[in-house]
Amino acid sequence: MEALSLSAALALVAGGGAGLSPERRAALAVSLPLVQRDYRFERVWFWGCIQGVRGAYYIAEGLGPDRTGPRSRLYSLNCLDWSLLTPATKEMLALAEQVKGRFQGDPSFEYNLAEINAEAAARLIESGKEPVMKEEARLTATIEQIDRAVGIVPRGAFVKTPLGSVHENRHFEGLSLVEAKKLSSYFHFTEPVNLKNKTLLEKADLDPSTDFLDSLEHDIPRESWSIQLEKGGTVVVLRSLLWLGLTFYHVPMTKQFGYVYFGTGEKNLDLPFML
Amino acid sequence: HGPYQPHEPGYGLDQPGYNPYEDEIPDPQARMLAIKNAKAYLLKTSTKSGLNLYDHFANILTKILDEQPTNTVDIIENISKDVKWAQFRKKMDTLRDEHLIPPTFEAAEKCKALFVKEGGDEEREELEEEMPSLPNVMETAFYFEQAGIGLNKDESYYIFLALKNLINAQPIQTCRFWGKILGLEMNYIIAEVQLREGEGEEEEETGEEGEATIAEGEKEMGEAEEEDEQKEKEAELPKSTYKPPPEIPKEANGTGTNKYVYFVCNEPGKPWVKLPAVTPAQIVCARKIKKFFTGRLDAPVVSFPPFPGNEANYLRAQIARISAGTQVSPTGFYQFADEEEEEEEGADSYEENPEFEPPPVAEMVESLATWAHHVKGILKQGRCVWINPQKLEENEEEDDEEEEEEEREEQEEERGLPLLTLISEDEGMKDIPAWTAQASTNLIPEYSIAILQSNRWPGAYAFASGRKFENIYFGWGHKYSLESHAPALPPPAQVEFPSGPGITETVDPTVEEEMAFKAAQEEALAEAEEGEDEEEEND
Repeated sequence: MEALSLSAALALVAGGGAGLSPERRAALAVSLPLVQRDYRFERVWFWGCIQGVRGAYYIAEGLGPDRTGPRSRLYSLNCLDWSLLTPATKEMLALAEQVKGRFQGDPSFEYNLAEINAEAAARLIESGKEPVMKEEARLTATIEQIDRAVGIVPRGAFVKTPLGSVHENRHFEGLSLVEAKKLSSYFHFTEPVNLKNKTLLEKADLDPSTDFLDSLEHDIPRESWSIQLEKGGTVVVLRSLLWLGLTFYHVPMTKQFGYVYFGTGEKNLDLPFML
Repeated sequence: HGPYQPHEPGYGLDQPGYNPYEDEIPDPQARMLAIKNAKAYLLKTSTKSGLNLYDHFANILTKILDEQPTNTVDIIENISKDVKWAQFRKKMDTLRDEHLIPPTFEAAEKCKALFVKEGGDEEREELEEEMPSLPNVMETAFYFEQAGIGLNKDESYYIFLALKNLINAQPIQTCRFWGKILGLEMNYIIAEVQLREGEGEEEEETGEEGEATIAEGEKEMGEAEEEDEQKEKEAELPKSTYKPPPEIPKEANGTGTNKYVYFVCNEPGKPWVKLPAVTPAQIVCARKIKKFFTGRLDAPVVSFPPFPGNEANYLRAQIARISAGTQVSPTGFYQFADEEEEEEEGADSYEENPEFEPPPVAEMVESLATWAHHVKGILKQGRCVWINPQKLEENEEEDDEEEEEEEREEQEEERGLPLLTLISEDEGMKDIPAWTAQASTNLIPEYSIAILQSNRWPGAYAFASGRKFENIYFGWGHKYSLESHAPALPPPAQVEFPSGPGITETVDPTVEEEMAFKAAQEEALAEAEEGEDEEEEND
């Protein structure tokens, strides 16, 4: 969610019971503008909070002029001092998927790779490094996975210019109530995977400036999103069932939308059994 | 001066024949004609849409000048599209759209009804009598907010009012906001309630009446069966001697897992629904399955092993499990009424300790021994107090032979942890402790409160500040497990009766074979007799 509209957004997301204490909110309101100044981001999003066993990580993302470009991620333990995370490599992503269990809450904690993946451990030993995975690496890989899997935006909120860069559509006035209840009005805010597989007939209906991302209706499993209208239809809230804790909100007919993650940072692999 | 750029004044002045005052077509008549032609072209109506470019441009320019957006040239195409859309909507006016009442307004009306104060002066007199305690939901919400847990303030207030309505409607002794469970289509708001004595027994009476009618039904069935038996005496199918293990009875209202009664509603403003009491079979089954709640109480729970009940029962079972696992209070806040009862298993009642001195917050955060469970844990059987299933059998089937009783394995008596155990005894999972304790703030320690988060039931929280403490649950209603959920496999197919020589089919012997067999037997007999005769002769 946008750092500037944090308090209003948190009020809309609070239906799940998770939120921030007044101390954290005040700290964020102070520290996020400073982060924007120091790192020269165009936009700063408060991504959410991952609960570890002994402490919590607060995550912020900074975006450059192209909103779908690589994002910088920062984490903090107290919402005041932010540290930049190194971008996730493919190996880190693959390893992080195999690490199970909660985050510890200590960024320097090391996971013993020998238990998790003997091959990777062997490789690391050969190259002279220790066969461990740091919690920081797992953190950044998890954030990347969550963003790729369930980071969503409403259709029409972002527009692709002929030059290829993507930025907010200033002419976006919000989805109507009818559209807001449909899964097809929301897109994954990441590199599209399914677009090329659409039939020509479907592609003809698409508008290349706004429909350049994957929509949610082709997600597998099909019902991995829970759409609810809260407050009698004033807010539409989507909760992901694959990554429990990710909440997306949108006020229909207005420009307000955003998503935030409050959870333990673990994928819900039992989803097919639970539906 | 160098070459002029287009944006600088004076551009083009040095070109011959390009005088800013000379760009008009010299002949005014021709100019007027050119303008008229241009305008006529712009006014041409499109064959497809019935619009013309002239009006369209006029509308666009009007809109732009009215709204004055910044960087208009970048969004000009969108503005143009919007103006066209607006045109189309007006043309369909002959068919009026139905005035759709969005659900927003209905919900708003329901919430408004919450705010209406019923009755008038009469209420004040009644207040002096036994007043059921309405929990101060807003105060609890404030404390939990210090930890970052809780709902929107508005929603908390609606829940507050809804609880008040519940207390006025039902005969309630104590009431507490238990928490919120999220569902796929709708969520559940849950209130934990203790009904006034004597009120909960209505259910039991209907239960007994139900049993009486069932007994009558069985008698009728028995008569019908006897008639059938007489008809089918010849061809009676072998009846199965399988008797299912006796159903473990649920605990009485007011004790064990059914100590509290729970009311749920989907949203504050909707009517409260009472959840049925929970049976041990439901708890045992709920431990084996993991399903999302849909939000509708009558939804079926499709699972294996099949859950005995619908979503209302599943919800009640999960609430029972969560309460048993995560309701905690500072150690010493509650004490047993009599010290003798501590040793017995039946210690169900506790009372507040008037001499309780709350330990400082730092101590509550550091050591988990300062917290204790005040709800009894649930045994494997599904009850809080163990019941011997063999005793149940003895009561029901006194006429049966004794052999059957001996065949059943003796089930060991299960002992659970006593009532006020410290939570430091809770087992963790691998290297994750069962509870995480934190102080709400490190910056202002004199006003910080101690917060407990459960790791076994993510979403269960407790806070303590001085003499005040409270538990709450916000989550999806599932237990945390390190391994993925492995559903029970269906039982293996029943083995067929082992085939042996006794029941294997063989072809009946033919007449020749029988005669040959008979002849062989007679020969053997004759030989035996000769043998005996020879022996006798030899003697």
